[in-house]
Amino acid sequence: MLAYLDPLILARAQFGFTLGFHIIFPCFSIGLASYLAVLEGLWLTTGRQVFMDLFRYWLKIFAIVFGMGVVSGLVMSYQFGTNWSVFSDKTGPVLGPMMAYEVMSAFFLEAGFLGVMLFGMRKVGPRLHFAATLMVALGTFFSAFWILSVNSWMQTPAGYGTNPQGQFIPLDWWAVVFNPSFPFRLVHMVLAAYLTTALAVGAVGAWHLLRDRTNPAARTMFSMAMWMLAFVAPAQILAGDAHGLNTLEHQPAKVMAMEGHFQSHPDGAPLVLFGLPDQEAGTIRYALEIPKLSSLVLKHAFDAPLAGLETLPRKDWPPVPVVFWSFRVMVGLGMLMLLLACLSLFARYKGRLYTWAPFHRFAFAMGPAGFVAVLAGWVTTEVGRQPYTVFGLLRTEDSASPLQGPAVAASLTAFVVIYFTVFAMGTLYILRLMAKPPQSGETGIEPGAPIRTAGITPASAIDPDRHLQPTA
Amino acid sequence: MLHNIDLTVVWAFIIAAAILSYIIMDGFDLGIGILFPTLKPGTDRDTAMNSIAPVWDGNETWLVMGGGGLFAAFPLAYAVILPALYAPIIAMLLGLIFRGVAFEFRWRDPGHRAAWDVAFAVGSVVAALAQGITLGALLQGITVEGRAYAGGWWDWLTPFTLLVGVSLAVAYALLGATWLVMRTEGTLQLQARRLAQRLTIGTVTAIALVSAATPFLQGRYFTRWLEMPNVLVTAQVPLLVALAAYALWRTLRGGAERAPFLIALGLFGLSFLGLGISIFPDVVPGRITIWQAAAPEASQIFLLVGAAVLIPIILTYTAYSYWVFRGKVDTHGYH
Repeated sequence: MLAYLDPLILARAQFGFTLGFHIIFPCFSIGLASYLAVLEGLWLTTGRQVFMDLFRYWLKIFAIVFGMGVVSGLVMSYQFGTNWSVFSDKTGPVLGPMMAYEVMSAFFLEAGFLGVMLFGMRKVGPRLHFAATLMVALGTFFSAFWILSVNSWMQTPAGYGTNPQGQFIPLDWWAVVFNPSFPFRLVHMVLAAYLTTALAVGAVGAWHLLRDRTNPAARTMFSMAMWMLAFVAPAQILAGDAHGLNTLEHQPAKVMAMEGHFQSHPDGAPLVLFGLPDQEAGTIRYALEIPKLSSLVLKHAFDAPLAGLETLPRKDWPPVPVVFWSFRVMVGLGMLMLLLACLSLFARYKGRLYTWAPFHRFAFAMGPAGFVAVLAGWVTTEVGRQPYTVFGLLRTEDSASPLQGPAVAASLTAFVVIYFTVFAMGTLYILRLMAKPPQSGETGIEPGAPIRTAGITPASAIDPDRHLQPTA
Repeated sequence: MLHNIDLTVVWAFIIAAAILSYIIMDGFDLGIGILFPTLKPGTDRDTAMNSIAPVWDGNETWLVMGGGGLFAAFPLAYAVILPALYAPIIAMLLGLIFRGVAFEFRWRDPGHRAAWDVAFAVGSVVAALAQGITLGALLQGITVEGRAYAGGWWDWLTPFTLLVGVSLAVAYALLGATWLVMRTEGTLQLQARRLAQRLTIGTVTAIALVSAATPFLQGRYFTRWLEMPNVLVTAQVPLLVALAAYALWRTLRGGAERAPFLIALGLFGLSFLGLGISIFPDVVPGRITIWQAAAPEASQIFLLVGAAVLIPIILTYTAYSYWVFRGKVDTHGYH
């Protein structure tokens, strides 16, 4: 049976699986790092205890999220070589330096200041500690910058040439780094990180408001999250639309798959709301369509012609059902986020932000929505790039390492078992921390636990009243 | 001006420096993990963990730097070596996952702390063994055809690679023990001092065995090390190793606190130098030279500009971080 394992499919499954797990953590830590910086900054300027309470509350969660992001990210940095060695050989001269820039500008910055951020408040004082928090937040942003530039280059390669060994070589670094889809992807992803974090923080706030609507820290975090959501949810829809138009220009096949357009529509393409894509037959079964709306969205004219996948050779088609559905999951969740954002403004206007229980239940239910939308969005853009690793230039089947099926099957099995065990435990610990209400003088250590050994969250060992007042 | 300097050699030294930084920095915190089962649960383990908690993440980043740097500066080597060493590298990554999360999880889940301590120790041992095996497999030579690995997926497993794997684990444990001598007090320090003495003997034996076996792996190593006139120069390395080992033994017996750790670092430096003598200027020994694997000049220059600016900054704030958490650590250390 082992002889039938296709190493290419297994390698793709392994990359997709490990990346899918990984992306959740940095996405959350980008948003949380910024949130922590804002909380600590507010605490320093206002001196209000509630901000320090919230800072300590979320710092414990951040530490776990960040740790899981580091170890799952280490896997990614080696997996290009272990499983995609031909891709690595060919793209190394272009993508390698950008990834090395990510390590030097982001990973070291985060890791170097994380120790001070987690353990150093007593040792360095509030101001230097705030500087360390800012450095960690800056590091998460630099990381997003470089890795999204790398990914964007794989989608819309630019500024390259080729050499006799068949490698891509850089001709114009500016064009490589700021390739056509990069600005759109960067904005879309950073907003996604903020949106995801706002929804998660909002859900935790809502959960505690449902139990005790007078808890001041729960009120503050909920209000902050809903403000964030009110700005970012609409902005994200605009950014997503702009990104989609950019994709139409540079990767039309992906948009055809997202829209479910197998056929061309010379005088106005319908917007397919739902249906069952049939890749073999090249059609959408049971399609529920709104005539001409897709042309309006993509071309801003009802009668604008839109080409379909039938204009491309079949071997260049992405897997339509996956892209079609993941796109709908992302957009559907985006609409629900917009609804929540509008409700929050209404509740605030009515003065019922902290008292409207059904709204809190909705906000609570939306807690995981950001993570799911991020995953759906990445599935859309990565599967939509198929059958290429470097769009239009290097096919996926020509990118993999010369590994035997059983080797990849064994490693994939190990990753699945270990990720589900380890990261499920981590998620459980995070949920336990979230389930506890934030308290005044938040310490974050369970009664009876050895406080002195709370090295991992030393904020817990700090006497909040005497040692942590801002010096200003 | 750049044309007078061979950028490929510059990059080989930068990557070598990153790998050495990784080996000595993550070496001592992996060593703590390897020694963890010998430490008493409770205060001793908490103290040992606290002594590395603020810095391990930065230490491990050098591993990403080594891998990322190889991808950027020598993409062909990255593309040949990693598939060749598939199993040990995946094992290393999985080991590092267990030990990495244990730093957080053991505090969050007191009911399962013992289990996470086991994960921390096993993960550290697996990572150390896998790194040693990787090094051994690289030294004994890997099969290359064209621009790709062409061997089997068990080629990395031989008595020699296992010897190097165990040797590296023992040497990491020595670094970890001397780190504890430097950073702790009382009975834990006493225990670390005794462990370090035994591990000194183990490490010196390991270095001797690996050194004795290496020249017989490939003819070119033999020429490098043992034929006139090379031997006049290369013989200095084992002499220095012997001197360092003696000094390490004396300072451990004599009650010094910092010297053993620094001398242990020196032993690693000398071993790494020996490794360089064996393989330079190859990046895949006997198969691919650094010039064959090098990225084009446009890539080397672009990255060199960033490295010249960023690496000094990285070293500065890394030093700052170590300085903030300097001195003796105990369970009260991170108030």
